Amino acid sequence: MLTNTMATADTASTPLLPDPWHTYLQSALAPDESIEAWLTLDLDDTLRFSDSVLVLTGRQLIACATDGQIAAWPLDATFELHAHDHAGVGSLTLQDDTARRAIWRFTLTQNPAALRFSRRFDQVLDALREGREAGPVPAVLCAQCQAPLPPDEDDCPACSGSIDQPPSTWTLFRLWRFARPYKGQLLLGFLLTLAATGATLVPPYLTMPLMDNVLIPYQNGQQIDTSLVVLYLGGLLGSAVVAWGLGWARTYILALFSERIGADLRTTTYDHLLRQSLEYFGNKRTGDLMARISSETDRICVFLSLHALDFATDVLMIIMTAIILASINPWLALVTLVPLPFIAWLIHLVRDRLRTGFDKTGRVWGEITSVLADTIPGIRVVKAFAQEKRESQRFREANRVNLEANDKLNRVWSVFSPTVALLTEVGLLVVWAFGIWQVANNDITVGVLTAFLAYIGRFYGRLDSMSRIVSVTQKAAAGAKRVFDILDHASSVPEPTNPVHLKGVQGQITLANVGFRYGNRAVLRDVDLVIQPGEMVGLVGHSGSGKSTLVNLMCRFYDVSEGAIRIDGTDVRSVPVAEYRQHIGLVLQEPFLFFGTIAENIAYGRPDASRDEIVAAARAAHAHEFILRLPQGYDSLVGERGQGLSGGERQRISIARALLIDPKILILDEATSSVDTETEKEIQKALDNLVRGRTTIAIAHRLSTLRKANRLVVMDRGRIVEEGDHDTLIERGGFYWRLYEAQQRQVEGEVLTPTITPAMPSAHTAGIAAEPALK
Amino acid sequence: MTTPAMDFTLTRDAFGHLSLTDAAGERHDHVQVVRAFPIAAPDEGISVLSAEGHELAWITHLNQTDPATRQLIDETLAARDFMPVLKRLKSVSSFATPSTWDVDTDRGPTRFVLRGEENIRRLPDEMLMIADEHGIQYLIRHLPALDAHSRKLLDRFL
Repeated sequence: MLTNTMATADTASTPLLPDPWHTYLQSALAPDESIEAWLTLDLDDTLRFSDSVLVLTGRQLIACATDGQIAAWPLDATFELHAHDHAGVGSLTLQDDTARRAIWRFTLTQNPAALRFSRRFDQVLDALREGREAGPVPAVLCAQCQAPLPPDEDDCPACSGSIDQPPSTWTLFRLWRFARPYKGQLLLGFLLTLAATGATLVPPYLTMPLMDNVLIPYQNGQQIDTSLVVLYLGGLLGSAVVAWGLGWARTYILALFSERIGADLRTTTYDHLLRQSLEYFGNKRTGDLMARISSETDRICVFLSLHALDFATDVLMIIMTAIILASINPWLALVTLVPLPFIAWLIHLVRDRLRTGFDKTGRVWGEITSVLADTIPGIRVVKAFAQEKRESQRFREANRVNLEANDKLNRVWSVFSPTVALLTEVGLLVVWAFGIWQVANNDITVGVLTAFLAYIGRFYGRLDSMSRIVSVTQKAAAGAKRVFDILDHASSVPEPTNPVHLKGVQGQITLANVGFRYGNRAVLRDVDLVIQPGEMVGLVGHSGSGKSTLVNLMCRFYDVSEGAIRIDGTDVRSVPVAEYRQHIGLVLQEPFLFFGTIAENIAYGRPDASRDEIVAAARAAHAHEFILRLPQGYDSLVGERGQGLSGGERQRISIARALLIDPKILILDEATSSVDTETEKEIQKALDNLVRGRTTIAIAHRLSTLRKANRLVVMDRGRIVEEGDHDTLIERGGFYWRLYEAQQRQVEGEVLTPTITPAMPSAHTAGIAAEPALK
Repeated sequence: MTTPAMDFTLTRDAFGHLSLTDAAGERHDHVQVVRAFPIAAPDEGISVLSAEGHELAWITHLNQTDPATRQLIDETLAARDFMPVLKRLKSVSSFATPSTWDVDTDRGPTRFVLRGEENIRRLPDEMLMIADEHGIQYLIRHLPALDAHSRKLLDRFL
């Protein structure tokens, strides 16, 4: 052990092997043999979960099984180690030039470590072939802050914080973050609550002298002292009026306060949501997110404005009552408090069930909104395939689950409230009995007992309402948890800690060894590409070959899993996201128009643009004339999905939108795919204006649209397979040639059978392409 | 439905790669064997794809292959398809996500991190698919068939 520690002290990068592997391996290692790298394998040959370890030394590769069994391969110059992964399982294959020698498997959890291991293996083997010593493990730099990463780590300790902290049960207290700006109001509200509660406690106190000094003496034959009655009754009225005034002020102030917290919570959550990467939205369901931001925050707001307030009042009331009762008669007070522990126990018992129940109903509610959010935008598909019944069934099913969850909850809840009521009734009974006994023993007066009963009525009433709050509190806590789920989610496209600002962007894009993984699927592998400023590059390949992913990475909608993307030599991850995207214009296959006027839609990326600029952009995008033909011109309103405009028209508006921000880098993602050839020509003219002088990356299915490209990059299954201009690629007769030939044949086919083909695509894309006519 | 006898042969080379020789005698190296319905019908619809991803052969059902080929396919698929079936949930670190689950699967005990509730997806017939933070997919074949403790834990996430 000691020698090992010494060795690590010398070369900081030598990894230390943990026990029991260390012990197992002692016998297999020569005294002067040092470990170069090691890797934990969490799967065995039959893909069962079982830990073993793979160790690389300068001389051999050693596999050590769970039971300590060792297999070793002395390193040979012909050895190669290949890493692969598929559907969550990674593998390392050791082979020489004649056959496979061994294969090891692991889950993707180990993948980064496995890649590191394999890199180190290559270094050691290179050194072996050249007959030299393998140097120390080269330090890897963090892409964001350029600090060297510690050995065997992939996350930079400087940049990444802890994100795996689950939110605690005391989530509601986290709302304090939102309450802090309103500290003053909150304090005032609290003082008012204190005063108002105090005022409501005066009347029962006055019943005591009213009984003992007025009514009882009268029964014993004395005259009623009118002035005393007026005094007491005046006191009763006065305290009621004061309580009313204070209660009004308190409710008003606290309601204002809670509405503001609710609004802050909503906007903060929405802001946070907007900053999330596309990956986040890809995994979440729209309806669920909408439910969280709208109804859950509202639920919290209602809780704060009504119930939290009531709760505070109740607690105050109970404490104050208890003090008053104890000061009048401690024994009777003690008896009064008897049901309290039972109720507390009951609340404790029920609380957890309620919270899980409400948490579940919250999720189920998200499910219901999700069904709506799925079907309403897809209503054309639903109608086209006559699946209204099935969608209705899906909604019914979601509602049934909701009912089930609520029924379960109500079963608990319905028992709870009456039980609390019963306990308080019993408590009242006990107080009566004990009180009568005390009166009989002349320990207390009738007045004291009356006051006690009046207080206790309130006391138990409060207990009852407090127990009711349990449900609302749990509802709000569940809601708060779901809202904080969003707030706690760190964006996977993080803002850099030490941002680098771009000055005068030229538009050079470099992709260095880029890899991207979506879930357990490697979508891009080893992509190397340099795009010069002003160059137009066409990306071609079958659908699913990774073109759109590549473009999404360039837009920084996602961050690369491996490698780096640089703009003018600066890693895009070190540039503030918003600043970086200012330099990028994006035209999509399905242009999205927001609800508003056409002018607003064109000026979306630059709301301060003047009317002249808007018109100029529209002219350049060949949109000006058709806009003028609309009844309200640039002030025409377009709907949510741009109803009322054809696909080509919407596309030209989105081109004008991209033109207006005058980006250095332009990305065209299948900009002309969803329109017919005639419209395409029109759009093409607009695009030609847009492309001029900008670095352009265009994805096109129709190869003819890429005529103007300086260079074509052909992609297949996540890799770049060919590069060059049209003529070179055709000459080469490779992948591109095949694609081109296939499309040429198709075009000829269209020309030969003109009557059939127009019907085909429209039938095929009925659910996707938006044609304004169909209602 | 009778299908013609297999008109291809599969072989494995020393590197462990599969090769297919089709009826015309043409040899394709580095072919891949994939399941079309890995969850719903693992033994039906097996496809042999070329290195470029084009389909070379389609096997309607595994029992239509000769024993040698079947063994080859079984071995290849066993090393390829990784979808542990959850047998039991032993414990979860918290009911709020991210949550670490300690489970028993048909491939032995393991633990994984669930990022969010949306990573549990309902499939038809009370089947559930759970994706962990690394994209490894765990399957629950039939939810009602789980033991009460597991179902209770799971219910907190559904």
